[in-house]
Amino acid sequence: MSTPGPSTQPVASSTVAPSTRRRGWSALRRRQALDGYLLAAPAILGLLIFTAYPVIYTFYLSFTEYNFVKTPVWVGLANYQDMVGDELFRKSLIQTFYYCALSIPLTLVGSFLVAILLNQGVRGISFYRTIWYLPALVPAAAAAALWRWILNRDFGIVNELLYRLGLPTPGWLVEPEWTIPTLALVAFWTGLGGTMLIFLAGLQGVPTHLYEAAALDGASAWRRLWNVTIPMMSPIIFFNLILGVIGSFQAFTTVYLIYTPTGSGSAGPSDSGMLYLIYLYRNAFQYFRVGYAAALSWVLFLIIVALTLFLFRMQRRWVYYEAEAR
Amino acid sequence: MVVTTSGVEPDTLVEERTTWFAGQRTRRRLGHLAAYLLLTAGGIVMMVPFAWLVSSSLKSPQDIFVIPPEWIPADPRWENYKEVMSKLPFLTYLRNTLIITIGALVGQVASASVSAYSFARLRWPGRDVIFAIILATIMVPYTVTLIPTFILFKQFGWIDTFFPLIVPYWFGGGAFNIFLLRQFFRTIPMELDESARLDGASSWRIFVEIVLPLSKPAIAVVTVFGFLSHWNDFFGPLVYLNSEDHRTLALGLTALQGLAWGRDATHLVMAVSVIMIAPIIVLFFLAQRTFIEGIVLTGIKG
Repeated sequence: MSTPGPSTQPVASSTVAPSTRRRGWSALRRRQALDGYLLAAPAILGLLIFTAYPVIYTFYLSFTEYNFVKTPVWVGLANYQDMVGDELFRKSLIQTFYYCALSIPLTLVGSFLVAILLNQGVRGISFYRTIWYLPALVPAAAAAALWRWILNRDFGIVNELLYRLGLPTPGWLVEPEWTIPTLALVAFWTGLGGTMLIFLAGLQGVPTHLYEAAALDGASAWRRLWNVTIPMMSPIIFFNLILGVIGSFQAFTTVYLIYTPTGSGSAGPSDSGMLYLIYLYRNAFQYFRVGYAAALSWVLFLIIVALTLFLFRMQRRWVYYEAEAR
Repeated sequence: MVVTTSGVEPDTLVEERTTWFAGQRTRRRLGHLAAYLLLTAGGIVMMVPFAWLVSSSLKSPQDIFVIPPEWIPADPRWENYKEVMSKLPFLTYLRNTLIITIGALVGQVASASVSAYSFARLRWPGRDVIFAIILATIMVPYTVTLIPTFILFKQFGWIDTFFPLIVPYWFGGGAFNIFLLRQFFRTIPMELDESARLDGASSWRIFVEIVLPLSKPAIAVVTVFGFLSHWNDFFGPLVYLNSEDHRTLALGLTALQGLAWGRDATHLVMAVSVIMIAPIIVLFFLAQRTFIEGIVLTGIKG
């Protein structure tokens, strides 16, 4: 990209003595490095104060008993050992994996399809884009209130419709077996917009000549999707998958708010909506078992890191990077 | 535009091609029709909750439980909004939310763009390693940092103040935003910086006069995302704010849903939700073009 300056101006470069030039360059470079540090300083300080230090401190707290008031007492591995026999911990893990297994593919596939439809060059695209993005704007507090009401077993609009169609009307949020699928559906409604926008951004970058070539070869729309769009989009699918995993394992706010009216820190009927972070929140801010909560945090951190690394390992098999193939 | 083969083509081939193109065109029209149908049908499903929200907010506590429900209330109760406005200290909630949102947003956009500029366009030892570490922190669950940060702010005496919700955003503005801006800044030709530098411009001037003006779409994206995240934030205020006159809109709405008003407050909860969502939607429609065009142009490329 950057063309070397001297070769285009041989006369100018020969008039300057090499030694002064080198010194001028290195001074410039030193100046630039100093500026670089100064301008990155807020981010570096933030990294140290608000991430590195807390991560390490939480690791320390996870080996202690602590309640925000008394000084932490070292208890060794006790917190981690407690997890083994903790029924609710196990339940929260299972429900969280279940929730992620539903909501990540649902959001990924759904928003990808919508992005593809929006990218067809149809007229009025900005109108449709806005419509599909709107739910992403809704604050969690309002979304929770709204969905509680829509999914109300007796008076909600969803069951009203199902009833008229002669279909069963489940208690979406009050029957344990329905809780997680329902929460995944709500997450789909709120999460679709953001993911879709990132896909749309990626679709703009797929070179049109590939589609033209495929069309000339007589490839059907389906084949073009499968052989052009998906391989070219795989880095972005991968990007959204990683963000999806990181976000879904930390799902908290909407779920917490949906069940708040039935008691703060509630996790729905027979704790069926007990996502990992809800249990963690309970331990930290309701039971004040801060050491245990710290251990839970670190376990979650390790789960997310392990899954991310696993996905990075797997990406060689299906993610296509243009630069590599050339 | 597609026919690139040079030389004279046999007539039959040209004919074949034109019919082939015609078929292609009708097929494309059919495809568009299907896309429209799917987008409209799905869009309506996505929009129904909004309609239901507005409808419910205009009903009386009795009418709201009537089956079958009325989509357009025969006698819309605008008093619901008046009642909510008078029962809740709305102006206080709004003021608090605005202070936090603006305070955090300014710091976030400023510090994210400054550091993204440094990571994207200045050369300094250790730059890429530090950037990689910052990027990796996206994996850190916020609960891991929550407890020590809470303790830290408690020692500062900042609990039940707005500082914990504002100050951290002045330090980098979030790994994701730095990443997004850095990606965008890297697409600006480096020669611009180099020639400006040879003319004696400082790094800061290059940032303010060259990089920033060329990055408006990306800055818009970060600003809108940031605005949304602070305006809608629930967890931060939940953890750090206790007293009633420090509540934000999100906390106020949740308090309203609580046991205080009993089960029959649904119509009022819906009214508050409308009040909370409406400004965002209006703002979004105003910023829509810059925002969505911005993110679509910015793209996400490794």
